[in-house]
Amino acid sequence: NPYAGLVGRLRAAWLLGKTRPMEYRVAQLEALGRFLDEKKQEILEATALDMGKPSFEAEYTEILLCKNELHETLNNLSQWTKDKHVNKNLVTRLDSAFIRKDPYGVVLIIAPWNYPIYLFLVPLIGAIAAGNCVIGKPSEMTKNTERLIAEVLPSYLDKDCFAVVTAGVPETTRLLENKFDYIFFTGTPSVGRVVMTAAAKHLTPVTLELGGKNPCYVSDVCDVQNVARRVAWGRFYNAGQTCIAPDYVLCSLEMQEKLLSALHQVITEFYGPNPQESPDFGRIVGDKQFHRIRALLCSGRVAIGGQTDEKERYIAPTVLVDVQLSDPIMQEEIFGPILSIVTVANVEEAIDFINSRERPLVVYAFSSNSEEVNQVLEQTSSGGFCGNDTLMHATLGSLPFGGIGRTSGLGMYHGKFTFDTFTHHRGCLHRSMGLEALNALRYPPYSQQKLGIVRTASQVKRKGTCTLL
Amino acid sequence: MERMQQVVGRARAAFNSGRCRSLEFRMQQLKALERMVQEKEKEILAAIKADLHKCGHNAYSHEILGVLGELALAMDKLPSWAAPQPVKKNLLTMRDEAYICLEPLGVVLIIGAWNYPFVLVMQPLIGAIAAGNAVVVKPSEISENTAQLVADLLPQYLDRDLYPVVTGGVPETTALLTQRFDHILYTGNSTVGKIVMAAAAKHLTPVTLELGGKSPCYIDKDCDLAVACRRITWGKYMNCGQTCIAPDYILCDPSIQSRVVENIKATLQEFYGEDVKSSPDYERIVNKRHFQRILSLLEGQKIAHGGETDEASCFIAPTILTDVSPESKVMEEEIFGPVLPILTVKSVDEAIDFINRREKPLALYVFSNNKQLIKRVISETSSGGVTGNDVIMHFFLSTLPFGGVGNSGMGAYHGKHSFETFSHRRSCLIKDLKMEGTNKLRYPPSSQKKVDWAKFFLLKRFNKGQVGLAILALLGILAAVVIKVSFG
Repeated sequence: NPYAGLVGRLRAAWLLGKTRPMEYRVAQLEALGRFLDEKKQEILEATALDMGKPSFEAEYTEILLCKNELHETLNNLSQWTKDKHVNKNLVTRLDSAFIRKDPYGVVLIIAPWNYPIYLFLVPLIGAIAAGNCVIGKPSEMTKNTERLIAEVLPSYLDKDCFAVVTAGVPETTRLLENKFDYIFFTGTPSVGRVVMTAAAKHLTPVTLELGGKNPCYVSDVCDVQNVARRVAWGRFYNAGQTCIAPDYVLCSLEMQEKLLSALHQVITEFYGPNPQESPDFGRIVGDKQFHRIRALLCSGRVAIGGQTDEKERYIAPTVLVDVQLSDPIMQEEIFGPILSIVTVANVEEAIDFINSRERPLVVYAFSSNSEEVNQVLEQTSSGGFCGNDTLMHATLGSLPFGGIGRTSGLGMYHGKFTFDTFTHHRGCLHRSMGLEALNALRYPPYSQQKLGIVRTASQVKRKGTCTLL
Repeated sequence: MERMQQVVGRARAAFNSGRCRSLEFRMQQLKALERMVQEKEKEILAAIKADLHKCGHNAYSHEILGVLGELALAMDKLPSWAAPQPVKKNLLTMRDEAYICLEPLGVVLIIGAWNYPFVLVMQPLIGAIAAGNAVVVKPSEISENTAQLVADLLPQYLDRDLYPVVTGGVPETTALLTQRFDHILYTGNSTVGKIVMAAAAKHLTPVTLELGGKSPCYIDKDCDLAVACRRITWGKYMNCGQTCIAPDYILCDPSIQSRVVENIKATLQEFYGEDVKSSPDYERIVNKRHFQRILSLLEGQKIAHGGETDEASCFIAPTILTDVSPESKVMEEEIFGPVLPILTVKSVDEAIDFINRREKPLALYVFSNNKQLIKRVISETSSGGVTGNDVIMHFFLSTLPFGGVGNSGMGAYHGKHSFETFSHRRSCLIKDLKMEGTNKLRYPPSSQKKVDWAKFFLLKRFNKGQVGLAILALLGILAAVVIKVSFG
């Protein structure tokens, strides 16, 4: 077991209690803030090299959103770590009853390549805030960012309690043989299954942030320009490599026509007449992914875009129409800059379509009629929901971010939810040694009388029930 | 296998019909459950007696009282638990609706245990129904009378398709676990817990595992020994020691060991009289296999009290072992029987160290007059839950989450925590389709000006004063206007 030594070292540091004091956690978190400030250029360069990430996008998601999470955590950490006192019943009225926020111990974070800094740091912030020791494994797909995280980040943190492991698939499999006290994984459902199966051997709890095909319903009643802008932004951000990107649109035939012309206009507005020349449009991360996505272009008919350049791993912002359920593009999560449009007769058909498929990470619905938006919300199930926009629900830290079901995952995080994810909520009851007489009711030998008193004293009465009878 | 597919398939179809989503429906089912418990109290107590030799009073307090309490709580609180929870918004989302919706997961599986066969199936069931799910219930086959009763009663009172009961042993449970569920709550031991989680992994099904372990009980020199020992005796020997949160073993200073033994002996006399075997309030071991298992733990041990057994009736007397070695068999696995080993430690540091070198237990107990010492033991150890100066009692306060950590399990339930365990927290953000103004910030083509504005809106370095928020709102509106003008 090549990682036994490393895990053992961190576990020893954990047992010494190094990561528990508030001052320690705050110091580590502030150091993360300094990393984001001092290494901003390096982060922008690394992500540009790895996947042609436009610097605006890198600054927004890899730096600004991370700092947001950091500040929210630092602002609230003392509140979050406090014992939470709970309501008591008659028997425990004089006791102290509270929920303690205990760290788990040594936790593992496995991050993906699409937002390599953000998806590594946000779980890390919560894990450190909750008082754990952390082993982090950045994605091997984005080599420059991996190097940055593995070589530069550790110098900001306490090396006794925090380690970065660089590993491909075989090494990660070996890493998963070790016992961790929590595993946080972001990636594909198939690897999610591997992670959870490995975790089961040690009874390790997990959070799995996975994926799926996020449907985007567009009503006939809407401001088409705004819809096109918001949908295009969500779809083509990071060249489509976003777990919560709108994967396909559901709309009527009439709306499809209006949407197409609006999308055409918007894409030009965003990226100019030749998106390949725009500094604001990204590239596909690797050759394998490029070929996979390019093969999906044979589905339906290309209405907008469709150009590709293998050398640059460039795929133009593309919209496909006349897409059939059996087409390759409807079989897997696209994870590329292609928006497919599937036509439906009405919102009921759209809802049925969504419900006949695996529950996605997010459902989108666009309509000027708020009742229609609510209808889609109430009659579908998904990790999250965003009405009249895309992606934005993930930027509000007070909303839990996570999936449901076989493809989109289990657990949630962001803001306080990340702290809670890496915390064992321990129920504690601190009683007094006195007043032993009250306990007499529960001790043998039992009698009908004792039972009668116990019954009356323990009852939780329904409010409004008449007891006169 | 086919039968399981049918049962689960029917439950899924019933769930998809949408009828268990309305609060009225859920209330109706919970009310029916309440009627069942009230009307069939005699039958339930008789089944538990047949399975565990448990007298009516004990069975009522342990299994029925708690269930009625949870039902009343769930019916009272359901509207507030199920209501959407608005969340704090930021500058960008100030005009939007942002809230968390509590939604059912779908079809959930509850696997019960034999030691408290009724409550361990009913308490999770209440939470699962309240949360709007379809539920497949699999009671433990070892407590066969209660299992059969549950299988007979539930269809008489509840919707038959939504809440089927599946009986059977290992083969049936294995077949059931190949089916796809949206959550599995399992109560039992760690070995089977791993099997359940591995099966769940194939469908990426979230799990709550209520397992076990050796719950340590530290007795400080500075404490009222008579009171401490009475409470410990109660918790240890109830249900003949077959309680997941029973104090498994005692840690204390060698100087008080003999007094601890004396006090427990005196209490046992008080509770069960001279002849424990003839006390109607003392239970039996559930079956021969467990009887043999516990008997073997006594080999080579110094028996300070008890030790009498009778295989025919699966009787094991309340037993105390002293000067137990940490390496002995009785310290290897959860005892789950009326055998109480006492191990001596020279200090609280040694006790904490001892506890931390072992798997994390489901419960941890510490007795002391010194509040600081209790706080210290709690903060320097880890366990599912804790009761200080008593045992078991944290289980009965439903505002406390009940569950394990590490080898003792994952997830928690009871009260509102049950409802949340069986719910999906779906985040919802509803924006206006108009008001495109501030969105222009985020669209390409990018510019330094846009980045600077984005920073202004996003970086939360402000304090959350009310006045500050009002000023921010004004600034936000001003900014939106300026942006609309400059980015057009």
